[in-house]
This record gives sequence, C-alpha cells and structure tokens, in this order.
Amino acid sequence: MANWVPLWLHRLSSPPVFYRFAGAVRPWALGLALLLGGVALYGGLFIAPADYQQGDAYRIIFIHVPSAWMSLFIYGVMAVAAFIGLVWRIKLAETVAMESAPVGAAFTLITLVTGSLWGKPMWGTWWTWDARLTSELVLLFIYLGIVGLYHSFEDRRQGARAASFLVLVGAVNVPIVHFSVNWWNTLHQGSTVRLLGPSHIDASMLWPLLTMMAATKLYYVASLFARVRADFIVAESGKGWVRDLALNTPGNDAA
Amino acid sequence: MTAALAMGQYGFYVWTSLAVFFLVLLIDTLAPLARRRRNLRDLRARLARQENRRRPGTAPRNESHP
Repeated sequence: MANWVPLWLHRLSSPPVFYRFAGAVRPWALGLALLLGGVALYGGLFIAPADYQQGDAYRIIFIHVPSAWMSLFIYGVMAVAAFIGLVWRIKLAETVAMESAPVGAAFTLITLVTGSLWGKPMWGTWWTWDARLTSELVLLFIYLGIVGLYHSFEDRRQGARAASFLVLVGAVNVPIVHFSVNWWNTLHQGSTVRLLGPSHIDASMLWPLLTMMAATKLYYVASLFARVRADFIVAESGKGWVRDLALNTPGNDAA
Repeated sequence: MTAALAMGQYGFYVWTSLAVFFLVLLIDTLAPLARRRRNLRDLRARLARQENRRRPGTAPRNESHP
C-alpha cells in the first residue's frame, strides 16, 4: 500500500518537477537555516560558559565542528548520488552529485581556515602536518578535483560520469578523516560529540552545537537546490519546459 | 557587553572565524542564483537568434528589451 513513496520519488526525479519542488523548498530551508544558525551562534558565543582550559577560544567549535561534519556528510550524499547516477543513469542523481561538490568544498575550506584560527592560539601554530589536518586538506583537493574534472569535458553528462568515478574512488578518504584521530597519535583532539555513549561536553555547549548542525544541513539543502536549478537550465535547454521558462519570464527571471 | 565581544584575549580568532564562515557561505549562496539568471538570459538570447534565422526580417522577439 505504501507504494506512493517510490511513485512520488520517481515523479520527483523528473527535472521539471524537481525544478519547481526545489524552487518551493529552497527559501524555507534557507530561512530556517538562518534562524537556527542565529539561535545557535547566540547560544554558543554568548550563553554558553567559557571553557575552563581554552577560555573563549573554544567558541570556534560552534563553527568549526558543524562545518567539519558537513564536509564529510556532503561527501556521503555525493557518493550515494554518484553511485545511483552511474548505475541507473538518473539525470537528477548525476546533477545532485556534481552540484554537491562545490558546497562540500566550501565547508571543507571553512573547516580548514577556522581550524587554523583555533590552532594558532591553542597549539601555537597555524598548521601542522598532523593526520586529521592532512586528510582534511586532501578532502578539499578531492572536492576541487571533482569540480575540475566535471568542467573539463565538453559533454556535460560525460563529465559527470568521469567525475562520479572520482567521487567513488575519493570516498576512501572519508573514513580516514573520521578515524584519523583514533588511528594515529595526533595533535588534534578526539571526538567531543559521540553518537553512541555520552558526549564529552556539557549540555549548555551541546545544544548550540547540535542546533548549528541542523542549520548547516538545511543550508546545504538550500544551496544544493539553487545549484540544481541553475544546472537544469543548461542541461535541459533543448526541452520545452525550459524554453517556456526562459520565454515566459523576461526581465525579472522569476519562478 | 564589550567584555562579551572581546572573547577574553581571543576576539580576533573567534570573530575572524565567524567572518570566514559567513563570507564563504554568502558567496556560495549568491553564485548559483546569479548563474541561474545568466543561464536563462543566455538561453533567451539563443532562442531569439534561432527565431531570427528561421524568419528573417521579423523583429527578434525575446532579445533584451531596450
């Protein structure tokens, strides 16, 4: 009886349907992301107490850690989408994979820069070739490599297929980033928040962190949907629905 | 209030982190919106050129309005 779910997904994977769906969802996702992000930052920067060892410098955690989670989470979504795109050749899956890469790269860059800004006052250095830092830098290069490979092909779908293979190969790095603090003796501290078992953090610091995590996830949805919409205009430019869209929205480009 | 904004002695690091976070995500938000508009504009211009080639003499319908 519950076969409306696959039916709905099937319908949604059609570019014109997804284009409208994404256009309707995007402003809500972005608005909610801004709201939750504002609440999380207020809670993290002003309400949560200072750390007994790190003072106020630890507050970078509320930006650094959610960004780091996103750098891995987006890779996971991208890898699943790339796999679906390669196996079933679903255009939406290919597009989602390819348009996720720049967002992932943005969060990886934020992670590296904020980590550096946290490392300078706490470790006394901007950068060290430690396992966690190095593997996160490699993650940035993989993201940039995927973006570069995708755009180096004349044919967009051929580019998406080649880059999707790179996505699957590069996925090896994701567990390396995650477990690097356990596998090697690193300067980087271990996990603070754990899915299993108690977290090593007080509730007053945990709630802003988790709220920020929700905000960054919603932000990713908003950014991804905007990117997929922009991509479909070119990818589907020969189709009637895009022509109608282009011709019926002169000037302001609404809808 | 000023004490809270000073972040102990770490104000520079905390506020720079926040600025980087917002700056990178702002660019990431605006870039695809501009790209979609540009793609629509390019497509509109291409369709107008095609129309003009098919029926020469008629005024290009969807060229940018002067």
